[in-house]
Amino acid sequence: MKRLFLAATLVALGVTAFFALYVTPPRENQGFDAVRLLYLHVPCAWLAYLAFGVTAIASILWLIPRTRATTWDLLAGASAEVGVVFTGLMLVVGSLWGRPTWGTWWEWDARLTTTAILFFLYLGYLALRRTGATAEERGKRCAIAALIAFADVPIVHFSVSWWQTLHQSGTVFNQNLDVKVNGSMAFTLILAVLSFTMLYVYLVMERFQLAQLEEGQEERELRLAIEERVRAEQAVPA
Amino acid sequence: MSLLRDALLVAGKDLRIERRSRVALQQILPFGAIVVVLFAFALDSDRTVLGRAAPGLFWATVLLAALLAVGRAFAVEEANRARDGLRLSGIDGGSLFLGKAAAIAIELLLLEFVLGVAVVVLYDVALHDALILVLAAVAATIGLAGTGTVYGVLAGGLRARETLVPLLVLPAVTPVMLGGTRAFEAALDNSPGDAWPWVQLLGAFAVLVVAAGFVVFGPLLEEA
Repeated sequence: MKRLFLAATLVALGVTAFFALYVTPPRENQGFDAVRLLYLHVPCAWLAYLAFGVTAIASILWLIPRTRATTWDLLAGASAEVGVVFTGLMLVVGSLWGRPTWGTWWEWDARLTTTAILFFLYLGYLALRRTGATAEERGKRCAIAALIAFADVPIVHFSVSWWQTLHQSGTVFNQNLDVKVNGSMAFTLILAVLSFTMLYVYLVMERFQLAQLEEGQEERELRLAIEERVRAEQAVPA
Repeated sequence: MSLLRDALLVAGKDLRIERRSRVALQQILPFGAIVVVLFAFALDSDRTVLGRAAPGLFWATVLLAALLAVGRAFAVEEANRARDGLRLSGIDGGSLFLGKAAAIAIELLLLEFVLGVAVVVLYDVALHDALILVLAAVAATIGLAGTGTVYGVLAGGLRARETLVPLLVLPAVTPVMLGGTRAFEAALDNSPGDAWPWVQLLGAFAVLVVAAGFVVFGPLLEEA
């Protein structure tokens, strides 16, 4: 089942790459191919929001006593890890696009600054996850840290957006829902978002399964150590 | 009012430890001062550049020194298992948070005063609108101390505590760095009107952080 999903994801990504590289036009008024980076940049941005949103929801579910389960903690971690990778990719691709288009690798505008901070906040979150503690301890610390990280971003976003911003406003999800791209470009963008979402689901599934195995392994080792200790105590003559 | 009385008790304990051990006075304060001097080296002691960059350099220095103050405030609790003492004291988590954050905030305010004098003298800054400067500094300090206290207890008892806390705190206090710098810039530039939105941002951040810390400190302390 998972293999089938992986195959479908790869096919979808392949089709997206074909459309992005061969079917869509280069930008007329700019006349170069850098615009094709958009089909990588936009889905990465979407995945960052999706992944950190999933982390926040999973963290809340862990914090509510009635729904508390290790599953949520592991899911939060898996999703955040994938989210950090795609946030990093989004920053790199955006920078590569910005150089020929804006004439600069980096600009301290609202969107870029917020994203960079988001990246560091979740790097910290991942570091916190790796500090070895019992599942219960880790769960509480990480869930709270994830929610603080999630709350900090809007503050930064609104404070810096009082400046002029260089990054364009939402192309698809803007205030009037007036889609500013059309034809094969719009189609390719939607395709890219869908195929990247499939990739996200696949990666999180893999990462989640691995985390569960790690968790099981730790428990098994602990149990074996206790059994050994008990045997050793019994072997000592009274 | 036992809430405030307990908070004062905890803050008094931390400040008394600092007064007697003199770590804040003899280590954190000189650390801040040397950072102020280093920034002058970095900018080639060009007075015009230093004067213009002074607000940002001031807050960057305060942030770095705050990391030391937060580390110190929780190192104290690690020694002799004082953390267990706190937990068993029966003081409510919210009061503990207010007390520890208040102690850090008072230390930071003293530090900011001394560093502020150093910046005025060394970077050749002319002061205006003292009221805005003080309000911005107080709001920023509360936000800073609150954030540090939350992450300090969050990372408490962990092996990698010393390296983890700076990584967690610095991105989270970007609103303080941003708001403090802009408010100071506007005030020193003699345009107090531009400073108010930033002071409000600092105030809002401080309120949010204190509210969050008040709620989460107790559960996090129990866990560690």
